[in-house]
Amino acid sequence: MIDTALANTKPGSRKAARPRKRKLTFDYVTFMVVFLGLPLAIFLIFVIWPFLQAVFYSLTDWSGFTPEMQVIGIENYIRLFNDDIFMTALGNNVLLAIVVPLITIVLALTLATMVTVGGPSHGPIRGLRNSSFYRVVSFFPYVIPAIVTGILWGQIYNPAGLLNGLLGLIGLDMFESFPWLGNERTAMGATIFVIVWGFVGFYMVLFVAAIKGVPAETYEAARIDGAGRARTAFSITIPLIRDNIQTAYIYLGIMALDAFVYMQALNPGGGPNNSTLVMSQQLFRTAFGKGEFGQASAMGVVLAIVTLIFAALVFTVNRITGGKDEKGRA
Amino acid sequence: MTTEAITTRDASRPARKPALTRKSANTPGDRTVGVLSHTALVLWSLIVILPLLWTLMTSFKTTKEIFASPFTLPANWNFDNYVSAWTQEGIGNYFLNTVIVVGFALVIVMVLGAMCAYVLARYKFFGSRAIYYLMLAGLTFPVFLAIVPLFFVLRNIGLLNTLPGLILTYVAFALPFTVFFLYSFFKGLPDEIAEAAAIDGAGEWRTFFQVMLPMAKPGMASVAIFNFLGLWNQFLLPVALNTDKNNYVLSQGMASFASSAGYAVDFGALFAAVIITIVPVLVAYVIFQRQLQGSVSQGTMK
Repeated sequence: MIDTALANTKPGSRKAARPRKRKLTFDYVTFMVVFLGLPLAIFLIFVIWPFLQAVFYSLTDWSGFTPEMQVIGIENYIRLFNDDIFMTALGNNVLLAIVVPLITIVLALTLATMVTVGGPSHGPIRGLRNSSFYRVVSFFPYVIPAIVTGILWGQIYNPAGLLNGLLGLIGLDMFESFPWLGNERTAMGATIFVIVWGFVGFYMVLFVAAIKGVPAETYEAARIDGAGRARTAFSITIPLIRDNIQTAYIYLGIMALDAFVYMQALNPGGGPNNSTLVMSQQLFRTAFGKGEFGQASAMGVVLAIVTLIFAALVFTVNRITGGKDEKGRA
Repeated sequence: MTTEAITTRDASRPARKPALTRKSANTPGDRTVGVLSHTALVLWSLIVILPLLWTLMTSFKTTKEIFASPFTLPANWNFDNYVSAWTQEGIGNYFLNTVIVVGFALVIVMVLGAMCAYVLARYKFFGSRAIYYLMLAGLTFPVFLAIVPLFFVLRNIGLLNTLPGLILTYVAFALPFTVFFLYSFFKGLPDEIAEAAAIDGAGEWRTFFQVMLPMAKPGMASVAIFNFLGLWNQFLLPVALNTDKNNYVLSQGMASFASSAGYAVDFGALFAAVIITIVPVLVAYVIFQRQLQGSVSQGTMK
């Protein structure tokens, strides 16, 4: 590993002589070895090498505790696709990857629009009063560790928790000691809400920054042309910050395809009838619970492939729906 | 002439003023939208703040009081729950471990990441693009794919279940983001300054540490904030690679506390532990929120 890093730096030093004159001095060689070799070695050993190994292990029946293993080809994958529990988990992940980004982005974008350009329709383009207060408060959940967010909401959803207490206060007594996370119909919805709660503030701040990057003249021109608020949002804001929305969608989707922390905090067992089980939980259980490392690695590969397909899909959809805008801006 | 000018100006003044006031009168539509928007924002703020306040209040109640009603105030306001969370449940120990791991990992990843980004951004050599794309790949692939082999890599070098092992892993997985972000930053620094340093006789090392690195301070600060949040919240890596209870970090300690022994959990202490975990980060956030929000916008503009 380290040899490759070194091999990379050596011919490099000669090439680099082109822009500025560089000799293979002691200073330069140690510089390259430490500056490039050291980080690269750590990165290759602890990130890239495990990734490659995982792909190989996924083709074996390795149990992890014995040195011997047999290459069994794609048998692990075939077993995965015939495994109802894993397919349920995969389905839940796909659902999360579609719903979580959608709700988060719509909510974040709405709030961001309000605090940036939601002010009165006269005078300079501005947001509502006290908008920085809302921005600061909305960001709170993002700095709370995800596991703590999960624990906190687990207590709120508790049959004797805050939510049922509040519902009781407004007269909805039928929810008394209703198990939000223990009911198959509500467990997923409740979980999605927690994830959304954790991320809206961050993406709101991100969109606020993006919207502030749009020149005020653009909004003024739209207003003079008689565009109302909805029209401005759909015809000005969204097309102009479309790249930010795409980035947000990809990040949120990748996070939702993992979702391990939230699920582990809210429903470690996978929820009633596996209704909130996700692939990462199943992988963890298969690897460190059952010791089927080959099978678990196959799950990891499936997870990675689904993630890549998801990212490619978002890019493609954005390209197809927004191709014209891209050209117009370039 | 002059008087005429003055009079016209004077005449125009009152004329403009009513126009201004008439214009700035909010239309009914404005008012409706304003009220609706404020309602929405206030509602969301409540959804954010209420759970936190409720947790704060509950953290002072005994377990019995917690199950009696979610709203009653605690009978005595004392810090018993905090004491038992900190000592009996080991939150104090987890806290210390987290500070050590995150502290070391953050410093190391910032230094290594800056060095790597600097070389990749400012030196042309065979394979530099390939390394850059490899870093990008490391950024997009799910950590979960690596977790099983990583377990054995650490075990083979004897660092499984140790804090140094965890620090190294944190560094490795935070590296791609750090390099990726700082790359564009170093790329944007002017060449002339590095050349001037070289002419003045500074070697490669000195040029970096005394000239280039100080210039990259704003970028470093942004990345450091994000890395801090990311590492402080890291959950999967410690859960899989750090299973010795004495070495637990806060996030995994919280998880094991919350799920330990099912009904025997001291819920008062659990709420206190939640508050102990949240407060330092929240205070740091309120102090640094300007810089943090600046970082977010910087990240998006890139």
